[in-house]
Amino acid sequence: MAVSNLQCRECKAQYPLDALYVCERCFGPLEVIYDHSRLVEGGVNELRRRIQGGPQNIWRYADFLPLVDGPPGPSGRLASRTGLPAGCTPLIRADRLAKRLGLREVWVKNDAANPTHSFKDRVVSVAAARARELGFQVIACASTGNLANSVAAHAAALGLDSYVFIPADLEEQKVLATGVYGTKLVAVKGNYDDVNRLCTELSAERDWAFVNVNLRPYYAEGSKTLAYEISEQLGFELPDRCVVPIASGSLFTKIAKGFAEWRDLGLVDGELPTMNGAQAQGCSPVANAFASGHEVCRPVKPDTIAKSLAIGNPADGPYALEEARCSGGSIDAVSDDEIRAGIALLAQTTGVFTETAGGVTTAVLAKLAARGDIDPSERVVLVITGEGLKTLDAVRGTFEYSEIDPTVEQFQTHVERIPAFAGTGS
Amino acid sequence: MAVTVKIPTQLRGAADGASETQVDGATVKEVLDSLYDRFGELRERISDEDGSLRRFVNIYVSGEDIRFLDGLDTEVNDGAELTILPAVAGG
Repeated sequence: MAVSNLQCRECKAQYPLDALYVCERCFGPLEVIYDHSRLVEGGVNELRRRIQGGPQNIWRYADFLPLVDGPPGPSGRLASRTGLPAGCTPLIRADRLAKRLGLREVWVKNDAANPTHSFKDRVVSVAAARARELGFQVIACASTGNLANSVAAHAAALGLDSYVFIPADLEEQKVLATGVYGTKLVAVKGNYDDVNRLCTELSAERDWAFVNVNLRPYYAEGSKTLAYEISEQLGFELPDRCVVPIASGSLFTKIAKGFAEWRDLGLVDGELPTMNGAQAQGCSPVANAFASGHEVCRPVKPDTIAKSLAIGNPADGPYALEEARCSGGSIDAVSDDEIRAGIALLAQTTGVFTETAGGVTTAVLAKLAARGDIDPSERVVLVITGEGLKTLDAVRGTFEYSEIDPTVEQFQTHVERIPAFAGTGS
Repeated sequence: MAVTVKIPTQLRGAADGASETQVDGATVKEVLDSLYDRFGELRERISDEDGSLRRFVNIYVSGEDIRFLDGLDTEVNDGAELTILPAVAGG
């Protein structure tokens, strides 16, 4: 395999491929290092065919993922039959959304179409597979909800035990869609950052694979598959711009890394995409730092309906800032009302019902378009990370509907003669 | 004033393997200075040359991030718990 070792992103100290995530010398984050030189020995076209011949899930990109023993399952082609395969979600051409925003070409990457309805299945697939390689029997996580669903489901699929730690005020849908898998679910009285601190402490005391703590270097790499898929679905081309939600900043930076890796290998050509980050105003430490010109984020206490993005102390904030600035992008924040409007805009122009995080991302795209930041000739990809059914409170009361007796007369008096309902079919 | 400092696994090699230790100090800065007096190697692991915390070090006093308090000037009470943790987790 191409994976070779872990390395500190800050001081470049080298570490073996163990369950490590922090540099002992400088406390910097550890990253997986690869040697991809052999991959392109047969030429770029052969590598493209190798990818295209892979399974219809993220393991078609196994060459770029940090598994030592290769993709799980008896062979690459059969990998889609083991575990809970993620990825290969639709990339939808969203012409009606583009027209509404005055743009030419907008695509929606709908990652709600994963097994547990969020992009987290990508990162958990990789972390759980690596946890098994390392011999762990228990996987665990600190979660704002989507990760909780995914860790619980993957543990069930793989026959591992699991512990899932969530803030006690999480949306009911996300709590129910976690507990059903038979995980040990722990609701912590505090916000996500409190949960994360507890899990960081526990990870030192328990022999568990905390997917986003001690397995974080492997876990985070799973997000690169979004970039690979977008490129492959565009015919091995790069988009001009990506709009991506930011919680910890990991997804944002790893999508950028995925595009850069493929361009370095020659799988795609041209300029790397402009990266735009999206946060909710009620939890916008990275957007605040971007606006202030700071290189680090001052933590905040979250207060937003976008609970899946409610990380007040974002681990990869500094790297997200660096990526946004280097790519010519920005990091913007939107209000809770704009988030609700974003959910409605996406639903009503594309048929995709997203959760609050997707409302944040769509609202930021609308903001960028209104501000004139996007050239009309650009090809823009909107990364939708989760499913609207998980955050139903966000849309409750945002529209009206009529309840009638089953008679034509009532239909006429209660529906057709009311302006709000008449003519909506046009 | 005696304060319990909880040391993360990544730093225990520089602290004679201790997972926690008792030191004196009335503020976070004083507690850290006492800690460095005991385990000299910890200073460069935790602090920058100008004495501020390294970018990826989080410090909590009784569970609260000191950046929500008064930073290194945060007062610590007798018997308080100061926790040092890596910042790069979660998400």
